[in-house]
Amino acid sequence: MTAPLLSLTSLTKAYPGVVANDDVSLRIAPGEVHALLGENGAGKSTLVKMIYGLVKPDSGTMQMHGQPFSPSEPRAARAAGVGMVFQHFSLFDAMTVAENIALGMENAPRLSDLSAQITTVSETYGLPLSPDRIVGDLSAGERQRVEIIRCLLQEPKLLIMDEPTSVLTPQEVEILFKTLRKLSAEGTAILYISHKLEEIRSLCDNATILRLGKVVGDCVPRDTTAREMAELMVGKLLQTPTRAGKAVGDVVLDLTGLSAPAPNAFGIALKDISLELRAGEVLGIGGVAGNGQDELLAALSGERPVARGMVAFKEEDIGPLGPTARRQRGLLAAPEERMGHAAAPDMSLTENAMLTGSVREGLDHRGFLDWPAATRFAESVIERFDVRTPGPGAAARSLSGGNLQKFVIGREVMQRPDVLVVNQPTWGVDASAAAAIRQALLDLAENGAAVIVISQDLDELMEISDRFAALNEGRLSDPRPAQGITVEEIGLMMGGAHGMEVAHV
Amino acid sequence: MIALTKRPEPSRAFSLAAPLLAVVATMIFGGLLFAVLGKDPFEAIRTIFWEPVFGEFAFFYRPQLLIKGAPLVLIAIGLSLGFKAGIWNIGAEGQYIMGALFGAGVGLAFYPMESALVFPLMVLAGAFGGWIWAMIPAVLKVKFGTNEILVSLMLVYVAEQFLASMSLGLLKNPEGFGFPGSRNLQQYASAHNADLIAGTGMHWGVVAAFIAVIFAYVLLARHRLGFAIRVTGDAPRAAAFSGVNPTRLVVFCLGMSGLLAGLAGVFEVSGPAGQVTIDFNVGYGFTAIIVAFLGRLHPVGILLAGGLMALTYIGGDIAQSKMGLPAAAIQVFQGMLLFFLLAFDLFTNYTLRFGSRETA
Repeated sequence: MTAPLLSLTSLTKAYPGVVANDDVSLRIAPGEVHALLGENGAGKSTLVKMIYGLVKPDSGTMQMHGQPFSPSEPRAARAAGVGMVFQHFSLFDAMTVAENIALGMENAPRLSDLSAQITTVSETYGLPLSPDRIVGDLSAGERQRVEIIRCLLQEPKLLIMDEPTSVLTPQEVEILFKTLRKLSAEGTAILYISHKLEEIRSLCDNATILRLGKVVGDCVPRDTTAREMAELMVGKLLQTPTRAGKAVGDVVLDLTGLSAPAPNAFGIALKDISLELRAGEVLGIGGVAGNGQDELLAALSGERPVARGMVAFKEEDIGPLGPTARRQRGLLAAPEERMGHAAAPDMSLTENAMLTGSVREGLDHRGFLDWPAATRFAESVIERFDVRTPGPGAAARSLSGGNLQKFVIGREVMQRPDVLVVNQPTWGVDASAAAAIRQALLDLAENGAAVIVISQDLDELMEISDRFAALNEGRLSDPRPAQGITVEEIGLMMGGAHGMEVAHV
Repeated sequence: MIALTKRPEPSRAFSLAAPLLAVVATMIFGGLLFAVLGKDPFEAIRTIFWEPVFGEFAFFYRPQLLIKGAPLVLIAIGLSLGFKAGIWNIGAEGQYIMGALFGAGVGLAFYPMESALVFPLMVLAGAFGGWIWAMIPAVLKVKFGTNEILVSLMLVYVAEQFLASMSLGLLKNPEGFGFPGSRNLQQYASAHNADLIAGTGMHWGVVAAFIAVIFAYVLLARHRLGFAIRVTGDAPRAAAFSGVNPTRLVVFCLGMSGLLAGLAGVFEVSGPAGQVTIDFNVGYGFTAIIVAFLGRLHPVGILLAGGLMALTYIGGDIAQSKMGLPAAAIQVFQGMLLFFLLAFDLFTNYTLRFGSRETA
């Protein structure tokens, strides 16, 4: 093996009550694409934060080019040639691409020079992006390119990518992979964090698998099956969601020409969406982020009521009704953003159980709230969905993303909905929790409920959907049976080739 | 390097300790301030905190505590409901004035008829006056998206002009030899908000303040509406998702705070103040903002904070007259209290990290 670019030796980092990284060692050679695999809470984030200078290890050493490397802050890490693309973008919607990139630079050149550099880099690496566009108008894939180019301008030796493909269409993923392969060929090492095992198999040279803060295995992804890797990650045999062949029932939700104006300057208007949803079926809705997913969920949950005649639930017109009335009837929803939308971060799980459970769980007696019953409801969600938390009194923000997601989905599933609409149900959730959530959704459908899953994870949609449709620019394609549909067809549906409008991506 | 790190969970211990630490820090730095002014700091602190309750003239000052504390608590309770939900009524002073004017107006309209109904009618009118004054920013916000902070604040000055106009015109005492100011309601038995037990300072306003504390506590802890207020303050999108109607919440919170401020006004004008005069309002509506935050927007906390604030008012007055401390120094002292409270409050959700090593 060539001399490593970066080697980590026995890194240990403990937080109160949990050892995030325990004796973790890792070597990355120049030009290597190295995957970091693990469940949520396995310590991947802590590890890359140590490399990026955001967190200091308690013990252990890092070496870069054989020299001791201990960045005290991200600036030092960047100076040493480490770049990182975060899962959540830190971009200002109202500014241009070039302005956003300039903001993140220490010695930003003049904007015109910078724009030229951006164009050069974007052409060199096949990342189409115009420096003058307003970030608010960009798709998620394009926003990610902004972040990548921001890193590439610093000419990194090591590029860390945290879950980069979760918001991309298959075509965008291909573009990204081409870029990453080109970077790798030029000698840039890439540390690639992902849950998507097939991606890792096609892209990465080596993989290090973390579980509960420890390295539990190394493998060459090309020679290992996705299932084997997943089992290493969770330390047990994985259950593939199962479904029985089902009889589809009556129409429970009927959308007729559903249209709604954009909620704000960076929102998407819903345009003439029609759909019949039958009891017992799972409808998967794909699409690139920012094509109306949030807006569709808000129109269905009642958060943004729509005009009369657009939404019928069991033949009753519920268009103008708000969330409480819709919940009462059996139409439940779980939005994408866990913190601050599906759950109130500073409130306890009991209070968060009350948030949506008060109507259907009978926690509200003429306006007076039954807290002991809410606690019992929260406890039952925690138990059935295996939410790891000290108890229902814990604040929502103290839970890891995956655990909170299990709670949020579980809270709705356990209210026995007739129709459940979920947006990105397994986003940022580890493999075993994701499998549990999908199974719960399938069980729900099996018991006669109708489920709409809005997701950007195509594998997920293919796994659980009976029918598939795609959102593009606020329009919904005609749903098609999911069986036998190819990834290319899906990509075209997502890109808008089905409809009247030109492709958005 | 000093850095703030967010705690995974808010610290209960710190949220209880913060007000105490704030009082201690205020005593220390206030003491320094008094020392710089050439006064004995220990004597000054003792005068402010000890004299009103346990000093030689405590029999006179103790009722004053209730009289000064009650309107503060009553107004602060109302404000805290809105503040918790992120609805900022800064104009309680104006609603307090309008409550007094409406209440006194109704009382004076019946003069000199004696009836047990006069006072209850005045109370209702006062509550209505404060409520309607708060409805102006509420309706403008709901209908046109105006900023309730600015509108409610500006309406304070409008209310002050009303007050001046009323004391010089419509409500002026016809037998007052031309002096500005209304008839004295203390001399009109049916309208007088007298001490319920003579000499204790325990008037109807004090009773109302205690009821408001209990009401707010139950509302926030047990009722759907209080829960909606708390969720809206913590996560507005989660509140909307759960089915809270933001319009109704704005109307309720502003209305409730106006109503309680109006009540404080009518109890004051018919009791301790006695009459409508140009300088009737003394800033209770603004000080109540401090009281609300000092009490951490919690009903019981507000009760204690109101008492503490009344104490510094009375103690400050004593210190002014006995030790010759300037009034501005007392105001700085009160300001320090809020400043330190907000500063210490931060540590409920954050911890300090010194140096580059983490203390975790």
